Amino acid sequence: MIWSMLHEALEAMIANRMRSFLTMLGMMIGVGAVIIMSAIGAGAQEAVKQSIASMGSNLFIVLSGSTTSGGARMGSGATPTLTIGDAEAIAELPSIAEVAPIASGMAQVIYGSNNWSTTIMGSTPNILTVRNWTMESGYSFTDADVRGATRVALIGKTVAENLFGDENPVGKMIRIKQSPYQVVGVLALKGQSLDGRDQDDTIIVPVTTAQHKLFGSQFQGTVRLIMAQAVSADQMNEAENQMTELLRQRHHIRDNKENDFSIRNLAAMAASAADTAKVMSLMLGAIASISLLVGGIGIMNIMLVSVTERTREIGIRVAIGAHERDILLQFLLEALMISIFGSMIGILLGVGGAFIAENFLSMSVIFTSQSILTAFGVAATIGIFFGFYPARKAAKMEPIDALRFQ
Amino acid sequence: MTHFVINIKNLTKNYETVAGVVPVLKGIDLSVSSGEFLAIMGASGSGKSTLMNILGCLDTPSGGIYELNGTDIQSLDKNSLASFRNSMIGFIFQGFNLLPRMSIIDNIALPLVYAGIPKEERIERARIMLEKVGLGLYGSYRPNQISGGQQQRVAIARALINRPKLILADEPTGNLDTKTSEEIMTLFSDLNTQEGITIILITHENNIAQYAQSIVHIHDGKIDFREPTNRMEERIK
Ligand SMILES: Nc1ncnc2c1ncn2[C@@H]1O[C@H](COP(=O)(O)OP(=O)(O)OP(=O)(O)O)[C@@H](O)[C@H]1O
Ligand SMILES: [Mg+2]
Repeated sequence: MIWSMLHEALEAMIANRMRSFLTMLGMMIGVGAVIIMSAIGAGAQEAVKQSIASMGSNLFIVLSGSTTSGGARMGSGATPTLTIGDAEAIAELPSIAEVAPIASGMAQVIYGSNNWSTTIMGSTPNILTVRNWTMESGYSFTDADVRGATRVALIGKTVAENLFGDENPVGKMIRIKQSPYQVVGVLALKGQSLDGRDQDDTIIVPVTTAQHKLFGSQFQGTVRLIMAQAVSADQMNEAENQMTELLRQRHHIRDNKENDFSIRNLAAMAASAADTAKVMSLMLGAIASISLLVGGIGIMNIMLVSVTERTREIGIRVAIGAHERDILLQFLLEALMISIFGSMIGILLGVGGAFIAENFLSMSVIFTSQSILTAFGVAATIGIFFGFYPARKAAKMEPIDALRFQ
Repeated sequence: MTHFVINIKNLTKNYETVAGVVPVLKGIDLSVSSGEFLAIMGASGSGKSTLMNILGCLDTPSGGIYELNGTDIQSLDKNSLASFRNSMIGFIFQGFNLLPRMSIIDNIALPLVYAGIPKEERIERARIMLEKVGLGLYGSYRPNQISGGQQQRVAIARALINRPKLILADEPTGNLDTKTSEEIMTLFSDLNTQEGITIILITHENNIAQYAQSIVHIHDGKIDFREPTNRMEERIK
């Protein structure tokens, strides 16, 4: 019985090829959109998660200049007020685990006939711990290099690729702003930061070297920023208060004056970035679901037309003994078949679309078999839900009225 | 005592229209015994089709009693009526009413689908029926690929497939030429005489009515009179 009904539903679908296809198109687009959108949403969430992990945990950035005045930022980092001494003092605080001062700027780097413009960060070996950075090859410079302001450099993956290609950079000499530096190590790959910068496009040199030999005129003994890592996530507030108090003391700021520095909590920023990504992926899903709903309404519309068109057929079937549930099932199966075929093609479209997004638009996408199953399940439910009303309308027809219908 | 297939007492049917209640059947008394072949005649609009639809359980009467094979029809719900139509009654309409998208064989087998009979048996029985109405070669055709007379034979095969007690035919030859009409009527009288199936048939033509055993004349929603035909004599001519 169910087989012959399935067969009939298939024939009805084929008999109205164009109409069935157009109705299916709604489901295809809906299901395809849900799959692409959820894959892109999940991909974006995962990318944010990775950036957060690559950033290092429980981090603060202390910048020169005050943060806000009535909500607007006042050029933080503009006039350098922070020193290596500040960094060392912060490191003494009980709530702080590690500290790395950073004096940075852009510079041209040359190796042989290759040259590359990149960010040079002057810091201490601590930066590797603070930023959760490992060495791919070679070794980090040491505190002795910092004390001696030696010309040594750690280079990021991007820099290594652009200057050295396949060559091993460790031990080689590069020129930064005309002066020779020895590459002592290559940093492991880190990927993009939260704001989309390439974190591997950088060179790290001892902070003293940066201050005195590279950007001397600019820093004059100060640093651009200080990175500080709290001992644990629940010491973050404590750490922020202690740092504020310490720096106000060290900078001799009176009680009624504003800070000449600002402290940014990167963990809080990371959390809000993760939230934003989550909301975005929910929104994408919601928008895609609307097109699925529209597809469902399309099915209902076409099924209503079909029921009216086939009133006489229904009359004949009822006259020769079809029960209400036979007619109901017949039209329900037709609606279901359209939505299931439509969603199967939609799944292919969605997977194909996400493939294009990944490979040609270089977006990160993540498929879960769950999202595909959900889209399929929802499509089937939509078929039943929107097919039910027209099917019931057909089943409830009085035989004599259906037969008389012209 | 004769066994009546149909027993009707004081049957009425009113239609509700915008102009008010229109009485169409105004008290019909009719008994049809098993194996009878009855023709119904009457002017257009006299209520023949209305009566036929009630007999076939497609429509419900406004008043009176209708017993089919001993069952009071008014006591049945919609689903029981559907089963009743499926197993007791075979319909033949003036407009054939075949399903255009289905093959001839599937059209004939359709009542068996609703009777819940497995596929092999359905097709087997439909083939036998198709042979019986003389269309053995046309099983895979569609209704629009065969002539009107052939379509009506298919409709007869479909009406017979579930071995009904009663065949109801509303102007079955109304769309057919004289020669084809005669062939169809011969088929009916064979079914009646050889298999003992009860047949009720509506017609406007006297020579068609003569294939039956008796004629009921309806006038303005009432039975005018009932007369026997001389079927044997017609045939000898
Ligand atoms: N659904 C309806 N609503 C209102 N009036 C109806 C309806 N169906 C039939 N009638 C009326 O009932 C009367 C009898 O109709 P019916 O179809 O039974 O006539 P008939 O004897 O079969 O005529 P014909 O020989 O032309 O087929 C007609 O006057 C018709 O207008
Ligand atoms: Mg009529």
